[in-house]
Amino acid sequence: MSYQTSIWPLAAVLISLIGSIPIMLSDRNPNLRESWTILIALGKVVIVASLLPTVLAGGGFEFTIVEVIPGVPLALRVDAMGMFFALVASILWFFTSVYSIGYMRALNEHAQTRYYASFAVAISATLGVAFSANLLTLYLFYEMLSLSTYPLVTHHQDAEARQSGRKYLTYILGTSIGLALPAMLIVYSLAGTLDFKIGGILSGTGASSQTLALVLVLFLFGFAKSGLMPFHGWLPAAMVAPTPVSSFLHGVAVVKVGVFSILRVIFHIFGPEQLLAVNLGWVITTLASITILVASLIALTQDNLKRRLAYSTIGQLSYMILGAGMLTAVGMTGGLLHIAMHAFGKITLFFCAGAIFVASGKKYISQMDGLGRRMPITYLAFMFGSISIIGMPPLGGFISKWNLVLGAVSSDQMILLVVLLTSTLLNAAYFLPIVYRGFFAESSDPVFDEGIKEAPLFCLIPLSVTACASLALFFYPDIFLRLARLALFP
Amino acid sequence: MSTSNLHVYVMAAPLLTAFFVNLVGRVSKAWIAPLTLGCLAFSSAASIIVLGRVMAYGGFSYTVGNWQAPYGIELVVDHLSAVMLVLISVVAFIATMSALKSTSQELPDQEYLFFTLYLILIAGLLGLVLTADAFNLYVLLEITSITTYGLIAMGKGRAPLASFNYIIMGSIGASFYLLGVGYLYLMTGSLNMADIAQILPTIGGGAAIATALAFMLVGLWVKMAFFPLHGWLPNAYSLAPTGAAILVAPLMTKVTIYLMVRVMFTIFSVDLLFLQNPAVQNGIVWAAALAIICASSLALAQRDLKRMLTYIIVAEVGYMVGGVWLANSTGMTGAILHIVNDALMTLCLFLAIAAILYRLGSVEFDSLQGIYRKMPITMAAFTVGAFAMIGIPPTAGFFSKWYLLLGGIEAGQWGYVVALLFSSLVNAVLFFRIIEIGYFHKDGEHHGHEKLAEAPLSMQIPLLISATALIVIGLGSGPLVEKIIKLALPVGF
Repeated sequence: MSYQTSIWPLAAVLISLIGSIPIMLSDRNPNLRESWTILIALGKVVIVASLLPTVLAGGGFEFTIVEVIPGVPLALRVDAMGMFFALVASILWFFTSVYSIGYMRALNEHAQTRYYASFAVAISATLGVAFSANLLTLYLFYEMLSLSTYPLVTHHQDAEARQSGRKYLTYILGTSIGLALPAMLIVYSLAGTLDFKIGGILSGTGASSQTLALVLVLFLFGFAKSGLMPFHGWLPAAMVAPTPVSSFLHGVAVVKVGVFSILRVIFHIFGPEQLLAVNLGWVITTLASITILVASLIALTQDNLKRRLAYSTIGQLSYMILGAGMLTAVGMTGGLLHIAMHAFGKITLFFCAGAIFVASGKKYISQMDGLGRRMPITYLAFMFGSISIIGMPPLGGFISKWNLVLGAVSSDQMILLVVLLTSTLLNAAYFLPIVYRGFFAESSDPVFDEGIKEAPLFCLIPLSVTACASLALFFYPDIFLRLARLALFP
Repeated sequence: MSTSNLHVYVMAAPLLTAFFVNLVGRVSKAWIAPLTLGCLAFSSAASIIVLGRVMAYGGFSYTVGNWQAPYGIELVVDHLSAVMLVLISVVAFIATMSALKSTSQELPDQEYLFFTLYLILIAGLLGLVLTADAFNLYVLLEITSITTYGLIAMGKGRAPLASFNYIIMGSIGASFYLLGVGYLYLMTGSLNMADIAQILPTIGGGAAIATALAFMLVGLWVKMAFFPLHGWLPNAYSLAPTGAAILVAPLMTKVTIYLMVRVMFTIFSVDLLFLQNPAVQNGIVWAAALAIICASSLALAQRDLKRMLTYIIVAEVGYMVGGVWLANSTGMTGAILHIVNDALMTLCLFLAIAAILYRLGSVEFDSLQGIYRKMPITMAAFTVGAFAMIGIPPTAGFFSKWYLLLGGIEAGQWGYVVALLFSSLVNAVLFFRIIEIGYFHKDGEHHGHEKLAEAPLSMQIPLLISATALIVIGLGSGPLVEKIIKLALPVGF
């Protein structure tokens, strides 16, 4: 495959980083500040989309920034896998920006300038991870994402928010420095490069299977943004952040950066053949299976809606890792596809949770009886999101889950099939009652409910659009399917 | 080796200016700033030219008074000392911009005394990296130490006591070093480093030579505050006048690391059995690992930003000693790169502290609440310095740590690798604690923050220069290592 040198990948990454400066300077003029955000978000989608046709045609782009370590430059590369993630992230960032305006203004939140500026830096880091050409560049943007999201988690600045911020950094920064960094160094000392290469860079280095297993485990836990247990505790804690942060960063960008990093390592550092040869797939699938089941069980017990969504996210993230760990063509495709499908579904659910909070001030599922009759659009969107995550037709989630099920069958691991099906039942058990109680249960607090109506349009439109997108992805998954196949079988 | 004398002027400029500052400064304060900054600007420019020449033509030497080595005094520049010359003079220049302001606030009417010592100290540091004579090295080491004692004693409160403590420890260290030189002189009859290096392989006496080296190393370890010989440092550096701390903290320990490298590989050589002894090597790397872990843990217990940093400095000494003793070229590259990076990181953080002290008068954690809103630029630069200390790319600190860790992995020194990672994590805890206090706590009510303003421009500019340098050097560390540091490695690496 040939990559043409182009400045556009760098532009796609930097536009929002540089854009954070006018956002900060427009502190006194909120309308101007939000115009900047929307403008940058649109610009980002346009740049990423303009790179898409070439990638779909089997090409790609490259840009080397500077060589910082012998053999390891800071470099960007747009390949199918990176494009896949960048497309999801930049589109959803645009909708989150619109939603943020509705949410933050309706709640009259403080420090909005810091909020929008940090958000802009975070999306730069996310695209940086997507377009990294090697592990070092990925690590750089990974850390940048951790640091830029810290002010967002600590947004409320009260004792609980500070505590959560501390927990967030302890898990994320602790594992990346303590586990991922040494793993990266071991890979470098073995292979002399950190470049992402089809088929991996570790084959033929003569590393023993024990070393490979060690490196694999260090990476799996080192990228703790993926929420693999037992390093998942930061995600429920991070729910203290404003809901748009939870929706985009802790439903899509941050957590999927974790999964994406792990997938990069599995596909392009080890290479599936290498992992099959030394028989290490079971390490990945076992860790992922445990996380899927335990997280789904915990989700059942959560009454706080955002926390339930957080545990659901932890489980769903491990679907992607599970798919990659199956090391079969269809399983890996399913894992990669689930990044996109879950993103659209889960962001819809979070948007709905935020809309419910804006409209009614309610956080707990037990207080939401009968709310669906007051907020039918929000609840309809919530139903779409739920069905997609459960993995039923006619929503996008079905496509990725179908591939995962096929992967389990084709890799001859019936136990994984059992895990997937059990989890599906659990997903249904923790999502559907919310919808049912919203529409059909008697309201527990009739006096209070009288004044409740739908959230502001700035909230309502994005969540409707992402819900419809989830639906559309069932019928037209082509772009993502083609990108996923190109990423795995160029 | 061609002859040139530009490098002598690099050292002579601050030395001669020191006397003018003392004389003219008594009469008029207005002359102190232009004289000090002027001579340091000259030294910086000249040292950069020297580095350029060394890069182009290789090292060169100068014999003072034209007395030929091994009897005369020789000043030699090679790649490593040229890098150090640039580092010292540039760091001193940047630090001085801020130190002038701090000193006029903390030591009004004593500025001429302060800057006399200050400039002699800088001349001494520059001399240390130039000298090619083991005994002159001792003399210059004492010049730097004595001026530092004086500078520290000018601080408030218990500073004279801290200085006295430092004098005792420093003198013990110096005596050890001198004893080592004495042994060497007895064995070889020479004090010129190159001369000794030539004679050593021709004579036997392994034990005496090893003893000499051991004495010299212990002496230098005391001077560089290598844990557990670090006891003097935290008090001395945190009680010193701010202007002195800005200069001494970034440079003193780093120059002493340089001296260790010099002694080990210019006077002695890699072929020496003592240096190749795996027990010695392992022992020192383990001691370095222990130093890193203990000093980092002690830093956790501090409630004052300046004291916290002094313990981090002690931990960083462990990084570099360990890196040198890993005995592979990656580790050595890391150690030398870390000399440069650590000097700049410490400079950046101390400049930030100086700016806060100038406005707030205290850097205790409790008084830093809400400081970000009042001094956003200072704290932004502080954050860059903090990220470099933690080792977050693309700041410079990440890349030297990268080489040190890689060297540790190559040498199979897992204890050292774990210690480095542990220290990075501790640094993350330390600095994010301050970021949390400074940014996310409500303004401190009982400190009267209302009147607090951003630091004066003359303190912001050096701070921003040093913060920018951390990122630029980080991004440029590829060429820096390939084109300069690799050439500066001692022979045999």
